[in-house]
Amino acid sequence: MKPAQLIAGAAGAAVALQAVMHAVRGQANLLRPPGAQGEGDFMARCVKCGKCMQACPYRALKPAGANEGASVGTPFVDPRAQACRLCEDFPCIEVCPTGALRDVAARKDVRMGVAVIDEEACIAFQGMRCEVCYRACPLIDEAISIDYRMREGDAIHSVFAPVIDEEACVGCGLCVQRCVVGDPAVPIRIACDAERARERAG
Amino acid sequence: MDITRRAFVKATAVALASAAAAGTMSSLVGCAAGGQQGASVPEGRKYTAVCRFCGCGCGVICEVKDNRLISVTGDPDNESNRGLNCVKGYYLAKLLYGKDRLTVPLIRDDSSTKGTKEGLREATWDEALDLVASKLRETWKNDKSRLAFWGSGQQPITEGYCTAKLWKAGLLSNNIDPNARLCMASAVVSFMNVFQTDEPAGCYSDLDEADVFVTWGANMAEAHPMLYSRLTARKLSGEGVRHYDLGTIKTRTSASADKTLVFKPGTDLAIANCIANHLVQNKLYDEAFVNDHLQFKQGTENLGNPTDDGYDASEVGSAVDNVSPITFEEYAARLAPYTFEHTSELSGVAVEDLRELAEVFADPDARVMSLWTMGVNQHNRGTWMNHNIYNVHLLSGKIARPGCGPFSLTGQPTACGTAREVGTFCHRLPADLLVANAQHRRFSEAVWDLPEGYLDAIQKPGFHTVKIFREMSKGNMDFLWTAHNNWAVSMPNLTRFLGRGEDKRGIFDTFIVVNEVYPTLSTQYADVVFPVALWVEREGQFGNAERRSAVFEKAVDPPGEAKWDLWVIMEVARRVLDGEQIGGQDAFDHLFGFIYDKDAADFKGDDRETNRAIWEEYRIFSNPSLNDKAKAINDDADGAFGAKMKMEAKQLAPYDEYLARHGLTWPVREVDGQWLPTKWRFCSGAQEDGFDEVGIAQYGAEGLAGGVSFYKSANMKPSVVFRPYEPPAETPDEEYPFYLCTGRLLEHWHTGSLTRRIPELDRALPEALLNVCQADCDKLGIKDGDMVNVRSRFGEFDIKVSTAGRTEPPAGVVFAPFFAEETLVNLAVQDTYCPLSKEPDYKKTCVSIRKIEG
Repeated sequence: MKPAQLIAGAAGAAVALQAVMHAVRGQANLLRPPGAQGEGDFMARCVKCGKCMQACPYRALKPAGANEGASVGTPFVDPRAQACRLCEDFPCIEVCPTGALRDVAARKDVRMGVAVIDEEACIAFQGMRCEVCYRACPLIDEAISIDYRMREGDAIHSVFAPVIDEEACVGCGLCVQRCVVGDPAVPIRIACDAERARERAG
Repeated sequence: MDITRRAFVKATAVALASAAAAGTMSSLVGCAAGGQQGASVPEGRKYTAVCRFCGCGCGVICEVKDNRLISVTGDPDNESNRGLNCVKGYYLAKLLYGKDRLTVPLIRDDSSTKGTKEGLREATWDEALDLVASKLRETWKNDKSRLAFWGSGQQPITEGYCTAKLWKAGLLSNNIDPNARLCMASAVVSFMNVFQTDEPAGCYSDLDEADVFVTWGANMAEAHPMLYSRLTARKLSGEGVRHYDLGTIKTRTSASADKTLVFKPGTDLAIANCIANHLVQNKLYDEAFVNDHLQFKQGTENLGNPTDDGYDASEVGSAVDNVSPITFEEYAARLAPYTFEHTSELSGVAVEDLRELAEVFADPDARVMSLWTMGVNQHNRGTWMNHNIYNVHLLSGKIARPGCGPFSLTGQPTACGTAREVGTFCHRLPADLLVANAQHRRFSEAVWDLPEGYLDAIQKPGFHTVKIFREMSKGNMDFLWTAHNNWAVSMPNLTRFLGRGEDKRGIFDTFIVVNEVYPTLSTQYADVVFPVALWVEREGQFGNAERRSAVFEKAVDPPGEAKWDLWVIMEVARRVLDGEQIGGQDAFDHLFGFIYDKDAADFKGDDRETNRAIWEEYRIFSNPSLNDKAKAINDDADGAFGAKMKMEAKQLAPYDEYLARHGLTWPVREVDGQWLPTKWRFCSGAQEDGFDEVGIAQYGAEGLAGGVSFYKSANMKPSVVFRPYEPPAETPDEEYPFYLCTGRLLEHWHTGSLTRRIPELDRALPEALLNVCQADCDKLGIKDGDMVNVRSRFGEFDIKVSTAGRTEPPAGVVFAPFFAEETLVNLAVQDTYCPLSKEPDYKKTCVSIRKIEG
């Protein structure tokens, strides 16, 4: 998301102010529904009406719990449980009454976050033919592609390494839901938009 | 057998090295059952095994503690995979521990409950065995044509061998066929037609040396994961190595190919002829090779399609195998119509792409490896298409040499080892032998110690798979026994075969016995379910696509009352054969007394001893010198048959060699007391380097073109048979405008009855989706995620649409996998088969697609 977009829109300066406040006291690292335009903008607009949650045909949107502070009751996605399936008509955005979710003409406009792979823990990086995340990706060969490499110390096998394109990945989280490895941790996760914004801010 | 200290240390060292390279320990631990992953120091007892799933035949090491598998890891000593696995193999340890394992025999008292989850009750083994044996014996005595056994390319070698021996020698019935009929039959018939021997000349090592790969209708990236890793490694490490992918849809294999040629369904026949035409018309073929090695033929054409039950017996149906010799010039004339322009028009592939592919075969220096599986085999001209690939490789001399050759991939772990090598087909005897051939029957009688002429009763082949099910649906079967398969999901035309079409009674009236490990759709139609051992719960053997036979050791006991399939077969056999005699001896003891004590109702030895004893009998087929009578027939000592059988061409080693060596590729030759495998069959060179030195010395000739000698072929010359393009059985029309292609995806194996019990794999791919291109979606008014109804002339099913692009069909073609029983695609798939191989065409059923509203 570009900084210019953050400030643009009807909410204008008030939104920017709220964003700063969130940043200061630590925004929740929640994966927001498609169409959210930055955590600050989203929090300023979301009225916790729950309509997006009702509209989601996959029941991917859940209300944030009491431990999420000001975010309690706002919609988020737990991708390991149920990822966003990027419906072509985005019914969650369609029903949002306040524009907290908006401005998505096509899947590639979605900016929920970006997938990050823990290459130490991913079995594909060790030469197992897995790449479940790649084949599950709704933007296959764009958001996730395969980097074919020789396997170190092995003349006859290759590594099919899944690689994320940060520009193309929209953060739907289907890769996280489908990943076969879960113990001790899932080696792929979504760095949500708020987390990335904070990183950018340093 | 516990693995040796040396092997253990070596395995650990290799694993540590690879883990270090990858920067983590987790790969070598693999997956522990029950989520106990992460222990870095192996501590259980270890056993060698082979993966339960596809035809790659990857070796694995099973680690056991307290009679439970705690991990399964890649076996670095297995030459087929050298320690790596795909994600299915990675989670093998969980295979045995699905929550709903069958552990008690089940009986259905009311056949009207078939097709439901109700109606099966628990029973004792004695009750279930008595019931099955009485039904089988009653049918056998009444009318032998009304019974059948449907086996599998997953049935371990010794079990398949005993089943075939029971059926062919014990019951004198040829109504035994495997599910390999659905996957490899076209490959088999073509191998026999062209070379007079089944299975490829080359091996997996060819993948490490080829300059050009051509995949023909094969999604290797998903269906043969570790072999594709190897192919990719060759591309990455070799200079200018290229890969051409030919198919009717773009797949994950196309994603890494250098060029993808998408052709109209069925026109692969024309494309191969086009390449051959280019070679012949421009004298770009290998002339010395053609002169030394080839003979030319043509066969019956205008075959039509076996859509109706009477096809096989019809005038054309009974002439499909006929061939006659032609000259090279006549062959060239037959090819002449297949110009680049004409072929381009037929196939939709651009002239320049066809020319580029043809030039690959014209380059005398290029080592070319063709690879194919179901796109070619499950084809209404599947046998012909296998022929046409061989034709191209034979004309160019690109065969039977390292890095060079046509390689028929297999789909099941022992489609080669059991279905084909043992011969659990309705027309076969062990080791490529045919029931219709008198010399073959005499030889089998000698090995089995049967009176001369005993097997003349089975000289007429029995029912092939589709015939078995078609006859059943018409009420013409009384007894069907199936094992190691899930026919109620994998058979085509299930609308008919599950009694949902016009033929309603058959499946309800036939007494159906199913050996199973988990409840499946097939057990819902069973009258009796035998709970059996799964994979390493007994010792067995698989034979993979590169002629590699390997043993998997028993690692744990089966759960509950589940039993080894072979025990079940013995227990039914001793009841059915009670009071029968062969040559004045008790029939059961005559056939199986060497392994089984019927009074004790148990094997005479343990798993290892039983398997070794069976193997040593089976091995006589390929080592005729172990039996004087068999040897005389093999050598045609008295000239009665006019030909030597050359059975040593499939020579197998003593059982314990396979345990020590983690698998060997046949023919395995004894040289100076060592048993040496053959990697490149028919190719001159030192046996110790994997070449066929012993075979050529015994039956072949040195000094021929290419350094090869096809010593098993008639006149030592493989046959180039001209096979024309003939269209698919159905072509799209207004009512059914799309071709439906079915297939497999990486995460699930076959009907999913095993892989879907592994939670990680179920999570990875929980549902079957219909891949449709965007243009067709727009035309149909459907979008990603919509439910649609897919309907053919045979039946219908509902499925969710995906445009994500995992497979990318062109306009007019859609793709769906067949692993999900709730999305039963085979309700709509045609049971029309290749007239020669009787293998159904799962790739080209014409369908309509309609959005389901709401």
